[in-house]
Amino acid sequence: MKHAAFLPRHALQILLDALSGEGYRVVGPRVRDGAILYEELRDVADLPAGWRDEQQPGQYRLERTDTQRSFAWAHGPQGIKPLVFRPRESLWRVHRSADGRMAFSASIPQDPPLAVIGARACDLAALELQDRHFLESIRDPSYAAHRAGLFIVAVHCTHPASTCFCVSTGDGPRAGKGFDLALSELDEGYLIEVGSERGAHIARMLPLQLSSDEQREQAEAEIAHAAALQTRQLPGTNLRDSLFANLDHPRWREVAERCLSCGNCTSVCPTCFCHAEQDLPSLDGQSAEHVRQWDSCFSEGHSTIHGIVIRAETGQRYRQWLTHKLGSWHDQYGRSGCVGCGRCITWCPVGIDLTEEARAICGPNGEGAT
Amino acid sequence: MSKPRIAVHKFSSCDGCQLAFLNAGEDLLTLGALVDIRHFLEAGFAEEGAEVDIAFVEGSISTPDEVERIRRVRANSRHLVTLGACATAGGLQALRNLDDSNEDWKQAIYAQPEFIHTLAHAEPVHAHVKVDFELWGCPVNGRQVLAAVRQLLFGVAPLDERDKVCMECKRQHAVCVMVTQGKPCMGPVTRTGCGALCPRFGRDCYACFGPAENANTAALARRLEGLGLPPVDIARRFLFINSQAPAFREEGLRHYPPGFADD
Ligand code: SF4
Ligand code: SF4
Ligand code: SF4
Ligand code: SF4
Repeated sequence: MKHAAFLPRHALQILLDALSGEGYRVVGPRVRDGAILYEELRDVADLPAGWRDEQQPGQYRLERTDTQRSFAWAHGPQGIKPLVFRPRESLWRVHRSADGRMAFSASIPQDPPLAVIGARACDLAALELQDRHFLESIRDPSYAAHRAGLFIVAVHCTHPASTCFCVSTGDGPRAGKGFDLALSELDEGYLIEVGSERGAHIARMLPLQLSSDEQREQAEAEIAHAAALQTRQLPGTNLRDSLFANLDHPRWREVAERCLSCGNCTSVCPTCFCHAEQDLPSLDGQSAEHVRQWDSCFSEGHSTIHGIVIRAETGQRYRQWLTHKLGSWHDQYGRSGCVGCGRCITWCPVGIDLTEEARAICGPNGEGAT
Repeated sequence: MSKPRIAVHKFSSCDGCQLAFLNAGEDLLTLGALVDIRHFLEAGFAEEGAEVDIAFVEGSISTPDEVERIRRVRANSRHLVTLGACATAGGLQALRNLDDSNEDWKQAIYAQPEFIHTLAHAEPVHAHVKVDFELWGCPVNGRQVLAAVRQLLFGVAPLDERDKVCMECKRQHAVCVMVTQGKPCMGPVTRTGCGALCPRFGRDCYACFGPAENANTAALARRLEGLGLPPVDIARRFLFINSQAPAFREEGLRHYPPGFADD
């Protein structure tokens, strides 16, 4: 944070306006239906100033506090994922002309670029993983189109939820990289760091001031405090061998008694990328749209091959989730697929905690490769 | 080539599911051009005995006449598709099956009960004849029904949408009402198809599309108990619109206290 500049609180609107002026559609955190969601944001007055999120396994409540801060909360059900990997999206269309010929056309997204305000460290780590999945081996045109224009204003976390454990995965609470601008919120305003050329371009439009030593120390201390507040952790950063040595562990059956196989965990997980594709023909049968939508290893379609459901039972599905996320992800992307956001814990309707399940299966230090 | 013939038959029901056709707007005109509608009383076509390629059946089987009539419909139809909760799982009227109260209700409600000829139980169509495809929902919606029609016209089995409502709830960016408000949402055990309509409007799913695949009803019942629901209310969550669907019936009856019917 050595080079952070200071942006007075009232000047945050200038940042939003600068981004709009550059052609971005700005999305940021807003309170809707009892949660903090990323939605269209034009006015800083719509930020969740004074709100805190109280999160527990299976429970999320917003509470009013007397702070005037706008980012004194952890996160809502979704981060950046739905902005780039859309929950439902058309991939291509096909049309049959009068002579019976079929004409195919790709549906490449044409929306204006997005600027997202308030991305967290875990969101950035997850985005990096999603980039590797959707851009590296085979470039996904829809994801690439949404991703190319994305401008990211990160905010370092100062108020983790009880379900957060990004310290133990090494992904937070400080947003280390992958942002265009990063903010630290102080009572009087924001410290602002530049992370890219695009970020520098926007920063030049802002009425920045020099930051003081005290301000920078305060910001550092708040991030350190956020790290110290976390109580949950995974029993190790690489549980691959331990998980695969325990494929018959009785805990898989036990968790299946509690698990609803509802797919909420994979839907809120910022790194999950599974999707299903489907053709939606028009009623007259002359055209069709090929659509993909979020799927989950908790659905039967996820493991249906030629009409046979390979993972019919919940225990097998839960095992797929954990052994992929914390196990074979290491083979795929050289690290675990968990960035420690804790969303799957909070948004699980029955409050199943993957850190607890991982400990039960892999042992308290992840050593359970017996 | 002659156009495929279809029929829409009504049994014991509120007529609401047939509106999926009648409210289809422009699609109804498209459909009219694609098929030959032979029987559909609500739309003014009356040829009950017509042989058809696809018969849609709304309503449960709850009278001796209906037992006979559904057999004739089956004999006259290449494909038989149920339309909605009544035809698929008995519907609301099947609540009377739970405590064999049909006689009592008849006596209590009708001035001259001797003219009312009903069966003791209201039953889903599959209890009487073979059903080729079941469309769940109370009511079904146009998207769902027309998709099934299109697939049948292509000559393929319609896609059976069996995932949980929760998955669609998250795709729609609805905020979970169970996690944020402690509402007794049935989404985790309920079949998708409605577009997560209730959670999108801030209320809890009441399971009108029936059980999803691999529904862990016992785990949800424990969660509802944790939210403070007494057994009778847990029973009501499961034994409502689709009380004859086995997964809901079994779970509901586990919480169904003696004397429930009298409270
Ligand atoms: S597995 Fe859970 S805690 Fe880890 S990144 Fe996914 S949602 Fe967050
Ligand atoms: S298999 Fe499961 S854990 Fe892995 S990405 Fe897909 S949904 Fe997520
Ligand atoms: S772990 Fe929780 S959120 Fe995930 S499928 Fe099971 S019940 Fe649903
Ligand atoms: S509101 Fe209901 S349907 Fe939606 S995620 Fe929560 S439990 Fe599932």
